[in-house]
Amino acid sequence: MSLLELKNVSKIYGDLKALDNVSLHVDQGEWVAIMGPSGSGKSTMMNIIGCMDKPTMGEVLLDGVDISKESSKKLTDIRRDKIGLIFQQFHMVNYLTAVENIMVSQYYHSMPDEKEALEALERVGLRERARHLPSQLSGGEQQRVCVARALINHPELILADEPTGNLDEANENIVLDLFAQLHKEGTTLIVVTHDPEVADAAQRTIVLEHGKVAREVINENFGKETKA
Amino acid sequence: MLFRMIRGVLFHQKGKMLLIALTIALGASLATGMLNVVLGVEEKVNKELKNYGANITVKPKDSSLLSDIYDVGGGAELNTAYLKEDELGKLKTIFWAFNIVDFTPFLDTQVVVPQGDSVKITGTWFNHHLDLPTGESLDAGIASMRSWWDITEGRWIDEKAEGADQEIMAGTSVAAGYGWHAGDRILLKGSAGEKEVTLAGIFDAGGDEDDLLFGSLDLVQALCGKEGKVASIEVSALTTPDNELARRAARNPAALSSRDYETWYCTAYVSAICYQIQEAISGSTATAVRKVAESEGTILDKTKLLMILITALSLIGSALGISNLVTASVMERSKEIGLLKAIGAKDRSITGVVMTEILITALFGYAAGSLLGLGFAQLIGHGVFGSAIEADPRVAPIVAGLIALVTVAGSLPAIRTILRLRPAEVLHGGH
Repeated sequence: MSLLELKNVSKIYGDLKALDNVSLHVDQGEWVAIMGPSGSGKSTMMNIIGCMDKPTMGEVLLDGVDISKESSKKLTDIRRDKIGLIFQQFHMVNYLTAVENIMVSQYYHSMPDEKEALEALERVGLRERARHLPSQLSGGEQQRVCVARALINHPELILADEPTGNLDEANENIVLDLFAQLHKEGTTLIVVTHDPEVADAAQRTIVLEHGKVAREVINENFGKETKA
Repeated sequence: MLFRMIRGVLFHQKGKMLLIALTIALGASLATGMLNVVLGVEEKVNKELKNYGANITVKPKDSSLLSDIYDVGGGAELNTAYLKEDELGKLKTIFWAFNIVDFTPFLDTQVVVPQGDSVKITGTWFNHHLDLPTGESLDAGIASMRSWWDITEGRWIDEKAEGADQEIMAGTSVAAGYGWHAGDRILLKGSAGEKEVTLAGIFDAGGDEDDLLFGSLDLVQALCGKEGKVASIEVSALTTPDNELARRAARNPAALSSRDYETWYCTAYVSAICYQIQEAISGSTATAVRKVAESEGTILDKTKLLMILITALSLIGSALGISNLVTASVMERSKEIGLLKAIGAKDRSITGVVMTEILITALFGYAAGSLLGLGFAQLIGHGVFGSAIEADPRVAPIVAGLIALVTVAGSLPAIRTILRLRPAEVLHGGH
């Protein structure tokens, strides 16, 4: 069953076509990587899927609802209720502790619950770092807090933009293991990356070039071989 | 959570928040100081101006008419009408009694001095004690109404001392002309009798009064045989600057509508006070010493305007300062605000958080500024008027309202920045 469907989506900035007539779909529970070189339209696609931007043309169906025509206010509601976002540069509120950063997401979604936030930290292996400020955490730890924050409201879709781009190999593996675990639990994952190793961890890779889908690659080894 | 976020920002950005609080404190202190002075200045400036003389003259109706028609001074020979001395206390029974701060009667006559010349002597009060019908008491007279007189020799006549009605004071010109000194005994011959008096003091008034002798009212009344009579009264009153209504009323109070009449009568316009004096003192006509009254009004208006302008400018300055600082703070936090939007915070939630932070900061700034402003007011009071300025209870809520307004107005550009901020642009570039 399709969770996300893009139909002939284009995004045009003046003379530049950041996305050019792109069509694709992502099924419920699927783990998809979007790859491509710089300027291929990856971030534009992530912004549109993440309800942070609207396409110039085409339809974007998320859970059967066309989000391409929705107001900014409605897009905020959809983003809050259905999507968990993970960014390359982590982006944490630097005056709040790890657990408070997770609770902020709960606060704007429904109601902060410190116990649940601590359980989310436990899940990413950072229970003992709950009271630390972002400046007291390593890059890998910050990204794991961001994963916990993305999960806390049980979104239908986790959207990660270069989630391992600023991590060393050890931390990259930890984050990919977390993704694998989420995938097993039925969470839909879309990971934007330029790293082939990260893309190889996904079920399917969509390669963008010059704003168009250049090809799709099914990972034949998915489920048989996972990164250690 | 909201509390944790606000506390976090206040501590994390304490340098910037301190600057915002300081900016607000500066505006609040100037506003508090100036508004306290503006509200208290009327009385202070009026009292200060009272040192420069009376602003109302009361004369007998007939004498005034004669003087107006023929444009002559109030010489004793021309004066055929007088006011009654025993009615003077009524001045302090009119509606605006509390605004009448001082008054003194005058009676002039010519006396012949031992050198054979005829010299004008003015009978008046110096520091005359009055027990009023209201139960209050008052010391009135020229000792306070001619505070600028320089006593070059001797002293003021003290009416409370024994033998004050056997003393006179002489202007420097007349004393120098006859070689008189304080303590000299001088025989004065009037139209109704003669008296030997002591020269208590010599004064330098810096004008026509230097050619005159001044004695107690009783003494002069006895010399010219006008017991219980006075030729004129000078009144020093605290007045409200004239406006269009006061000018219309001064021309003809009867032409006013009943509502305008009530407003005019119950406002301390110089014309309203004159009108009430005429009602109290039989056969009198009270006129404003127009130049003094108008100067007082003008000076008061200009002083107030200046202070209000300073207040307005300081608040505009604060608003600009707040605007820069809050906008800089929001720009510095653009990634954080973008993140909050990305995880589902609505514009109004973020605006609410930022405004709460700024208003809490403003509250501290307001509290500190208000205390500082009260100090400012006292500095101005003691430095300019030589007395304390009472803290007006109206100022605190007015300044609180102004500071809230200035803070919100100063934060508008920052709010605009928040509303325009797109998470996609600050979190990972446009495309």
